[in-house]
Amino acid sequence: MAEIIVHRKVEEITPRRKYTIAVVLLLIAGLMTGLFVVTASHDAFTTFGLTPGGITRGSVPDLVLPTLEVLIGLTVLVGLAGIYQLFKGFGRFTNLVLGLSFFLFIFALLIWTASGKSLNLGGLLKGSLLLAVPIALGALSGVMSERSGVVNIAIEGMMLMGAMTGALFGSITKNFWIGLGTALLAGLLMAAIHAVLSIKYKVDQIISGTVINIFGAGLSSFISSKFMQTYEYLNNPPIFPRVPIPVLADIPFLGPIFFNNNIFVYVLMILLIVMQIALFQTRWGLRLRSVGEHPKAADTLGINVIRTRYMAVLLSGLIAGFGGAYFTLGSIGRFEELMTAGKGFIGLASMIFGNWSPVGAVSASLLFGFFENLGPSLSLLGSKIPNQFTSMLPYIATMVILAGVVGRGQVPAADGVPYEKE
Amino acid sequence: MAPVLQLKSITKRFPGVLANDHIDLTLQQGEILALLGENGAGKTTLMNILYGLYQPDEGEIWVREKKISVHSPTDAIRAGIGMVHQHFMLIPVFTVTENVMLGEESLRYGDFLDRPKAAARIREISTKYGLEVDPDTYIRDLPVGVQQRVEIIKLLYREADILIFDEPTAVLTPQEADELFEIMRLLVKQGKSIIFITHKLREVLEVADRIMVIRRGAVVGETTPKDADREKLAAMMVGRAVNLEVEKESATPGDVVLEVRDLEVANDQKQIMVEGVSFEIRAGEILGLAGVQGNGQTELVDAITGMRRPTSGSIRLLGETVTYATPRKFTEMGSAHVPEDRQKDGLVLSFSIADNLILNTYYKEPFARGVIRQEKAILANAERLIEQFDVRTPGPLIHVGALSGGNQQKVIVARELSRPIKLLVASQPTRGLDVGSIEYIHSQIVKKRDEGCAVLVASSELDEIMELSDRIAVMYRGKIIAIVNAGEVTKQEVGLLMAGVQIDLTDAGRKKGRVKVESTF
Ligand SMILES: Nc1ncnc2c1ncn2[C@@H]1O[C@H](COP(=O)(O)OP(=O)(O)OP(=O)(O)O)[C@@H](O)[C@H]1O
Ligand SMILES: [Mg+2]
Repeated sequence: MAEIIVHRKVEEITPRRKYTIAVVLLLIAGLMTGLFVVTASHDAFTTFGLTPGGITRGSVPDLVLPTLEVLIGLTVLVGLAGIYQLFKGFGRFTNLVLGLSFFLFIFALLIWTASGKSLNLGGLLKGSLLLAVPIALGALSGVMSERSGVVNIAIEGMMLMGAMTGALFGSITKNFWIGLGTALLAGLLMAAIHAVLSIKYKVDQIISGTVINIFGAGLSSFISSKFMQTYEYLNNPPIFPRVPIPVLADIPFLGPIFFNNNIFVYVLMILLIVMQIALFQTRWGLRLRSVGEHPKAADTLGINVIRTRYMAVLLSGLIAGFGGAYFTLGSIGRFEELMTAGKGFIGLASMIFGNWSPVGAVSASLLFGFFENLGPSLSLLGSKIPNQFTSMLPYIATMVILAGVVGRGQVPAADGVPYEKE
Repeated sequence: MAPVLQLKSITKRFPGVLANDHIDLTLQQGEILALLGENGAGKTTLMNILYGLYQPDEGEIWVREKKISVHSPTDAIRAGIGMVHQHFMLIPVFTVTENVMLGEESLRYGDFLDRPKAAARIREISTKYGLEVDPDTYIRDLPVGVQQRVEIIKLLYREADILIFDEPTAVLTPQEADELFEIMRLLVKQGKSIIFITHKLREVLEVADRIMVIRRGAVVGETTPKDADREKLAAMMVGRAVNLEVEKESATPGDVVLEVRDLEVANDQKQIMVEGVSFEIRAGEILGLAGVQGNGQTELVDAITGMRRPTSGSIRLLGETVTYATPRKFTEMGSAHVPEDRQKDGLVLSFSIADNLILNTYYKEPFARGVIRQEKAILANAERLIEQFDVRTPGPLIHVGALSGGNQQKVIVARELSRPIKLLVASQPTRGLDVGSIEYIHSQIVKKRDEGCAVLVASSELDEIMELSDRIAVMYRGKIIAIVNAGEVTKQEVGLLMAGVQIDLTDAGRKKGRVKVESTF
């Protein structure tokens, strides 16, 4: 009988890593002292608005903080964490502490920049959420497809086509629902091309995806410049209005940020929950993942690999089309060439950082959204940091967080590998 | 009584290969039919046809006197056919429960998985057939022997009654194989019927009711264990007499080639699998590394081939410290490696045979001149080695994934043994090979030794260790608990050592016959 042998484990956090993190924490504390504490003026106050502008439900009074005191407090907190790490160590919470400290640093940066002024924190967060919506939808689109083993880098192209058709048909019919419907259809069609190329004809999935991206960019730009930019009535779709959710919208602070939005934000939330549960708790999800991990094994158990992959890629296209519609029907209200500006790709990055799980992918998207929003907010306050640097922020932040906190991810084992039966 | 299964005149052609040539096969209710044949004879192909993974070019499948058409595994499962595949069909990142229920899920509230219910069924099957396994562990954390059990549970879960076992014992230790035979006997007693494929003649004679031999895609004969012995079976399979014993002179060890000191190695889960291991191998000798799978041999071999970084200790090769060297460095210093998992570490399945044969020399003369590949030399090399190692293939440009399991192994062995080498580290070198090929590869390993190469053979096949080794190191729970001269121990003694039993190997101790038991097995 095979017995279970208990093996001694190599220490989870190596001593070297332990001390490196301690030094990093102390460095952050030092940076906070040097940059913020020393330069902050005495008796100044920082005012944080907690309700996004233009919203009345669930509003809360401003938060007024004594700048220097709070800065000192935050710095001491990070410093203490560093000292504790140096002598005892946080063990398996090390990464969490590192991540938290990083956020304390950002918070200190905000307090310091807004010293003597007022910063609308609620607005900052809400803006981040709205910037994150298309990224998150792109990420979920990626999760859907890649969990079944088909790499989908065509999300950007699918989104562009979704955005363009949504605007075009929304304008023609003066109906955002029809606009949304056609956007979904556009995403679906693009995905169908990707599916046929990569599943049926086993074209390299990166190539197929690239082709579709180029095609999507080209076609949407062509239609846009030929018709939509010249005939204004073809590029003037109605926008989905904001619909506060009864009760939830009145929750102080959170309500205005999360529950007073348009349909895109709500669908994202629902999609997130549904996908997370469906992928890991249902038969549908188990089969989908099995096809992405080991299609041959799935095949031997009577699961139709090809059909499952088609389904996943088509669903992925629907989500991407929906994400595309957000640009034109959910926020801006007109189509501009290449307006998705790489959001689909950042969505893919979020998917990877989020370890191919819906919750992880959306969290990473929110992070991207936050840092993307942070730069402009800071320059608005008259921050002295050049805006070339602030616009690097989202990427630097993600790299730091990823390298320090997330660690190595788990790719579906058969991701990108066409399935051949014999 | 009517047969449960009949295959009539099954024929299957692959490009350039006639894999099955009008094969007829009959399986009676409650019998174990052993299918024997050389590597590439077409056994797996036949079974894949029966299971709906391949479509036959000709022929019919009859189950319980009804002709059925099997277009996909679903049809086969519906007809009560189940198969344990030569290469396991398990998903490492799924739990046992998830792997077993996949395709036949227990559900509640609509489409939601009912894991507890499926787990309960698995436990039920476990106890009924003595297939011990924890339903909640992940496959990647299980030793292969237990993975095998999961594969069997998968069949039983689907209530299959025609069971196909394609080389189930290739990855098992002798003890595990014996357990499997118990289970198989129990299964036929309960009315199931089994087709059993193996290359180990001992097993065929032990467990089969009837034996069918195929060679180059066609049936060449049928017999029973009563009327056959190992020599006869081997001859039927290969078509000539096979020497089942290794012929070798005694070793003349030279200088130390590999020296390992206080090595500690952890696995991917950061568990320490090798602890304070020290040994050395000299030129011109074969050191056998014996041990039940999962006692650290895999990690040790990984470390001394540069595939895994030791956590402490040192490795010296030809006097140079190589503790943290890369596999390329090892290769260039004249070390060869036949890895345990051939499909993962030994081959690029989508590459041609010719390219796989130069995987570690492709950048050197004569296979490259500067950055230019020398196709002529590559092809000539491939043709020579295919011929020499008897790789059964229509040509050198076929991708390795299309070869039969045993022939894939031959490609690796050919690549590693055809270089001028000073150290050979071979892990399960003959796993899945037929007797003819084993004979050849064993003789090649001995030849390398006689040429002055130091050899480490890690094998869970005790017979192989006993026959090849000059010295035997036994690993148990990450430590080498004994290094003995092969001539001075019996197979039983090594078997006991492998199980962690401490024995006194001095003559005095032997006489007393006292055995100190440290743990039971
Ligand atoms: N998918 C495939 N494509 C092309 N040729 C194949 C394929 N599968 C098997 N073959 C060829 O068919 C022949 C029979 O292979 P098969 O795998 O059935 O052998 P086997 O008897 O199971 O051998 P082994 O004991 O080595 O597993 C071999 O020559 C092999 O190269
Ligand atoms: Mg086979």
